[in-house]
Amino acid sequence: MNSLILRTATPFLVGLTVLFSIYVLLRGHNEPGGGFIGGLMGASAFATYAIAEGVSATRRALVVPPISIAGFGLFAAGVSGLMSIAFGDAFLTGQWWFPDFNPDLKYISTVVLFDIGVYLVVVGAIVGIICALEEDG
Amino acid sequence: MSDITQWLVVWPVLIPVLAAALAVAAWGNRRAQLVVGVLGIVAQGIAAIILFAHVWTHGVLAVSMGGWPAPFGIALAADTLGAGLTVAACAVALVITLFSLADTPEHCQRSGFFPLLLALMTGVAGAFLTSDIFNLYVWFEVTLISSFGLMVLGGGREQIDGAVKYAVLNLLATTFLLIAIGLLYGMTGTLNMADLSVKVAALPNSAALETVILLFLVSLGMKAALFPLYFWLPAAYHTPLPTVSAVFAALMTKVGVYALIRVFTTVFPESGDLARDAMVWAAVGTMVFGALGALTARDIRRVVSYTVISGAGTMIAGLAIGTETALLGSIFYVIHSIIISAALFMVVGLIIGWGGNNQIDTLFGLYKRAPFVAIAFLIIGLSLAGVPPFAGFWPKVYLVQAGLGEGAYVLVAAILVTGFLTLIVVGRTFALVFWRETSEKSAADGYRAGSLRIGTITTLTALTFALGLYAAPIVEASLRASNELLDPGPYIDAVLNGAGEHP
Amino acid sequence: MEDAFAMVVGVLFALSVYLLLSGSIMRLVLGIFVLSNATHLLIFVAGRLTLEEPPLIPDMMKVAEPGFANPLPQALILTAIVISFSLFAFLLVLAYRAYQTLGTVDTDEMRYAEPEQSLTSLRGRDV
Repeated sequence: MNSLILRTATPFLVGLTVLFSIYVLLRGHNEPGGGFIGGLMGASAFATYAIAEGVSATRRALVVPPISIAGFGLFAAGVSGLMSIAFGDAFLTGQWWFPDFNPDLKYISTVVLFDIGVYLVVVGAIVGIICALEEDG
Repeated sequence: MSDITQWLVVWPVLIPVLAAALAVAAWGNRRAQLVVGVLGIVAQGIAAIILFAHVWTHGVLAVSMGGWPAPFGIALAADTLGAGLTVAACAVALVITLFSLADTPEHCQRSGFFPLLLALMTGVAGAFLTSDIFNLYVWFEVTLISSFGLMVLGGGREQIDGAVKYAVLNLLATTFLLIAIGLLYGMTGTLNMADLSVKVAALPNSAALETVILLFLVSLGMKAALFPLYFWLPAAYHTPLPTVSAVFAALMTKVGVYALIRVFTTVFPESGDLARDAMVWAAVGTMVFGALGALTARDIRRVVSYTVISGAGTMIAGLAIGTETALLGSIFYVIHSIIISAALFMVVGLIIGWGGNNQIDTLFGLYKRAPFVAIAFLIIGLSLAGVPPFAGFWPKVYLVQAGLGEGAYVLVAAILVTGFLTLIVVGRTFALVFWRETSEKSAADGYRAGSLRIGTITTLTALTFALGLYAAPIVEASLRASNELLDPGPYIDAVLNGAGEHP
Repeated sequence: MEDAFAMVVGVLFALSVYLLLSGSIMRLVLGIFVLSNATHLLIFVAGRLTLEEPPLIPDMMKVAEPGFANPLPQALILTAIVISFSLFAFLLVLAYRAYQTLGTVDTDEMRYAEPEQSLTSLRGRDV
């Protein structure tokens, strides 16, 4: 879309939205939020970029093809469930690591890895669909 | 029970997920996807075999995911039926994958064939191994989404047309399933099938319960392509690539049949006269109309699609009779049908390659050009019709025996008539396509099948022949599976008490 | 309250059946969407409507205090929404592709996969 206002505002908007989506993703650990809703926000950021700058620019900006991002996310989610095998727990049991120097740092866990995986799946899949539809239309 | 053994149930579901993820991550690199695809299915098959061996010696194996004790968490549970069908599905999926290496065009392999196939295998294994009814719905959707993707690979006009009907009707079926699950949850407050089995038995008979049971029958019957809900199948199964058709015919309807068997033995063992009668007539209608449809179809792929339908009816016939022998027959038929449906669609793929078109009116004299394919088709077809030396004979013997014992003469008559009609279909197709003399030069004279395609078809043909000559292992496994279904005590005990325990 | 919700669910089901009986793919797709939304509401009602606290575990505690709402229906609905959302996206793309390749949105005119066959064609050429 050839709109000066949109094109000028997009870089700021995209940066802020992606940052906020990551905040929502991490906040989801203990409070409302999480990978899915964060992923939707992240995807909407790239959708804005695709509308303003075009699909090929979006693909270049992402470096990795969107569908591969989704693949990595699915892999991360699967591996996060797998990790509990080392601790003798059942599949998908959450494992936390509370570092000695700061036990309040409760984000280092397989649950967060799972959420990051969901985030990547949602971003990759939705951006992939949007790019495919935009290129078509 | 140590925790490492509990993980045995998880691997057949987890391995294809991880492989699918890797294959998607390697998007655009066909060779990497191909390697991941083949290795993933091999690994899944090995995991399934180990699981089956464990279940065979130690009984039902259950695990609660995330350490949430059943019935609150989602439990996976493998009994002889679930584990055995997973092994059969993986074995046939591997053969089909090898066939696809030679058969599927490269641009289709590039646009996601392997990731989608792995995702489909995840859903199939998950559906066979879950003991949570909502989780079953989720696995159905996983298979459905990946099957949509497989269906439109190649993107021909026919394919889009078939995919529209397939997508809309299958989505309706899964939504009905979700409605039934929601209502059942409202009545019992649980989703775990073992827990449901206990709680449903304590419910008073009510119109609401009857409605839920019939909703399950309608939704799962639609997935399994039962009369009068099968119309999406002949509209769609003949349109995708031969490999994809083979996967669908071998696995997709079987998942529906498996879910019917599981739900109507574990959750609703006393499903009431209405549901029982409906099942009997659905089975009769499916068998007879499937066979009649195969007689009238002109497109050879649709002929084969209709035989898949009559096969689903035969499996449900055993469930409708409901005795030990009848379920034995049904389970044996499921395994037989997984092999035979895949083989039929693969052979038909070769026939179309050699003949240059797909109408049985215009296919000629292929016996001269491809005697090997002719013999393979004949063996597979005779096995399909249930002719003695082949594997298709035994399940029908058990079904007829059980039907006579229970006085279900309509079902027995339908099974015999269907066998006869199928024999006519096979004989006529063979006579027209292979024996009819031709002087015309075919446009596809330069067609080469290649050793990979011939080899995979030989494997399946030999398998159905071998299982016909030496059926004892399958009979023994099916017998144990049917006993477990009729006496769900150990299954319930394993899921509710065995799962979730970890030091 | 549950009666009122049950009626809303019923009306939505009726609406979706009306849309599903239509011959146009777009209405079919919308019908499926309404049907899945009605189903989500049905699961919500089936989990009982109660006035309780949100099922969140307070800081420094292992379990929530008694008197929290049933979290399971919400988890089920969220799963179902995600699934129906992705299937809806697929159906929309498919409907669009069907319109592009087949040139129609009327299901009665979609006969490429199942061409009409006349009875006379049942005879082969030189049988």
